[in-house]
Amino acid sequence: MKILVAVKRVLDYNVKARVNAEGTGIDLANVKMSMNPFDEIAVEEALRIKEAGKADEVIAVSMGVSQSQETIRTALAMGADRGILVETEEELQPLAVAKLLAAIAKREEPGLVIVGKQAIDDDSNQTGQMFAALMDWPQATFASEVEINGDKMKVTREVDGGLESIDVAMPALVTTDLRLNEPRYAKLPNIMKAKKKPLDTLTPAELEVDITSRLKVVKVEEPEQRKAGEIVGSVADLVDKLKNEAKVI
Amino acid sequence: MTTLVIADHDNNELKPSTLSVVSAAQKVGGDVVVLVAGQNCGAVAESAAKVAGVSKVLQCDDAAYANQLAENMAPFIEGLAADYSHIMFANTASGKNIMPRVAAKLDMAGISDITEVVGADTYIRPIYAGNAMMTVQSGDSCQLITVRTTAFDPVAAEGGSASVESVGAGSVSDKVSWIGQELTKSDRPELTSASIVVSGGRGMQNGENFAMLEALAEKLNAAVGASRAAVDAGFVPNDYQVGQTGKVVAPDLYIAIGISGAIQHLAGMKDSKVIVAINKDEEAPIFQVADYGLVADLFDAVPELDAALAAG
Repeated sequence: MKILVAVKRVLDYNVKARVNAEGTGIDLANVKMSMNPFDEIAVEEALRIKEAGKADEVIAVSMGVSQSQETIRTALAMGADRGILVETEEELQPLAVAKLLAAIAKREEPGLVIVGKQAIDDDSNQTGQMFAALMDWPQATFASEVEINGDKMKVTREVDGGLESIDVAMPALVTTDLRLNEPRYAKLPNIMKAKKKPLDTLTPAELEVDITSRLKVVKVEEPEQRKAGEIVGSVADLVDKLKNEAKVI
Repeated sequence: MTTLVIADHDNNELKPSTLSVVSAAQKVGGDVVVLVAGQNCGAVAESAAKVAGVSKVLQCDDAAYANQLAENMAPFIEGLAADYSHIMFANTASGKNIMPRVAAKLDMAGISDITEVVGADTYIRPIYAGNAMMTVQSGDSCQLITVRTTAFDPVAAEGGSASVESVGAGSVSDKVSWIGQELTKSDRPELTSASIVVSGGRGMQNGENFAMLEALAEKLNAAVGASRAAVDAGFVPNDYQVGQTGKVVAPDLYIAIGISGAIQHLAGMKDSKVIVAINKDEEAPIFQVADYGLVADLFDAVPELDAALAAG
């Protein structure tokens, strides 16, 4: 079985996002970019399934600008076998990414596709579900545990009230939640080896996918800032302020 | 122009989040129809019919919808979509799971987690953990939306008198089956709708120490939440997590205890009306958003606070 994992190049988790001067997006010039943390979890899960003897190949896929190759190389350094980049300078919205991923899945015929539940840049939480819809596959979203049994998979999902378990028939889609695993770090020799692993580049046109944006970005603004309040001297002060000033208890 | 609101419910009760989604739907304008799909969900449909501003309730009672499986819900909603200009879900685990599946089936964009309706096709939504607000305009004939429920004042649960219309079920997927659930039991208010939330972070040191927060919450009729660090460390279950990738809360009072205040956590609580932070590190970023900060060891301050509240 092949496993396809989608990885996205995003502003690093530790870098504060700043709105650009034009008010059209986030300033991404000269800032550290990394793999979306939920996608690292996706790569890790795919590798563990392969290491358990339940998959033969892990393919890392990314869509976007040519620098996304670096994100794919990170996945290869973690242990993925090969990479596919769908290169475009155009802005890609979730529906377009899902269509590109579906086009690749139709070529590669994986038994499992794993993606992060959301990207920490646009926070949409849509691509996996859209991909599953386009493939007419079952979707095991927000997974905290994945157990493959033959051609079925039992997935524990993080839901609002706690946890839920479902059984899905494979091929299937999984989106990762935080507690699924702790991703490994790529070791230096593996980073060197990753440079020699195959990485194919395709275009949306070659995949015959229309990537036109459906949503027009009107503007991007800073949120209203909360003002820092006051430091109180004691618990008694705090209780007094909450009762008599804020009147919330 | 008519909006279809997908009711958030557990087959017994209509969740208050639905009232906020109806509120967002009213801001779009036009009629508001509520879909209640579930099993033995008659009481939910009756409640939905009483919600102020709802013109009609569609009810589908079928085992296929008992657990809101996306594989069954999506084709069903897709079948109804032609009659609606907008389809709105609460931004819950279930709403997030189903909305994009419907959108892709319809070849429409999805618009996640809106915090403001600017016009019938224009919305504001947070990106980058709320560090920026994006205004987007949709050209789609049917707009698929999840609503950040804390950003919209709920409509009244009573006062409406909509008719309840029964609709037939859609196709059922044989590729998925629901096994079970393990829900956290609590007698206290739900995290996302509680008016007071007491949250603990890494500073709590272990799960046992959360008993202190439970005791505090008991006195305040509050819900207990947690930062990602506390959940990752196994102190409390996943459903306690407040933040960018957990739950978004906006209570009247949010008490952050032993939480440093990473941006990912702030994303989930910075719209609270009053924020209290108790942390022994005076440099902790949480103090930058707190209305009242107390620099203290939580193991001294929390018992003291508990005693003060018990004294009335």
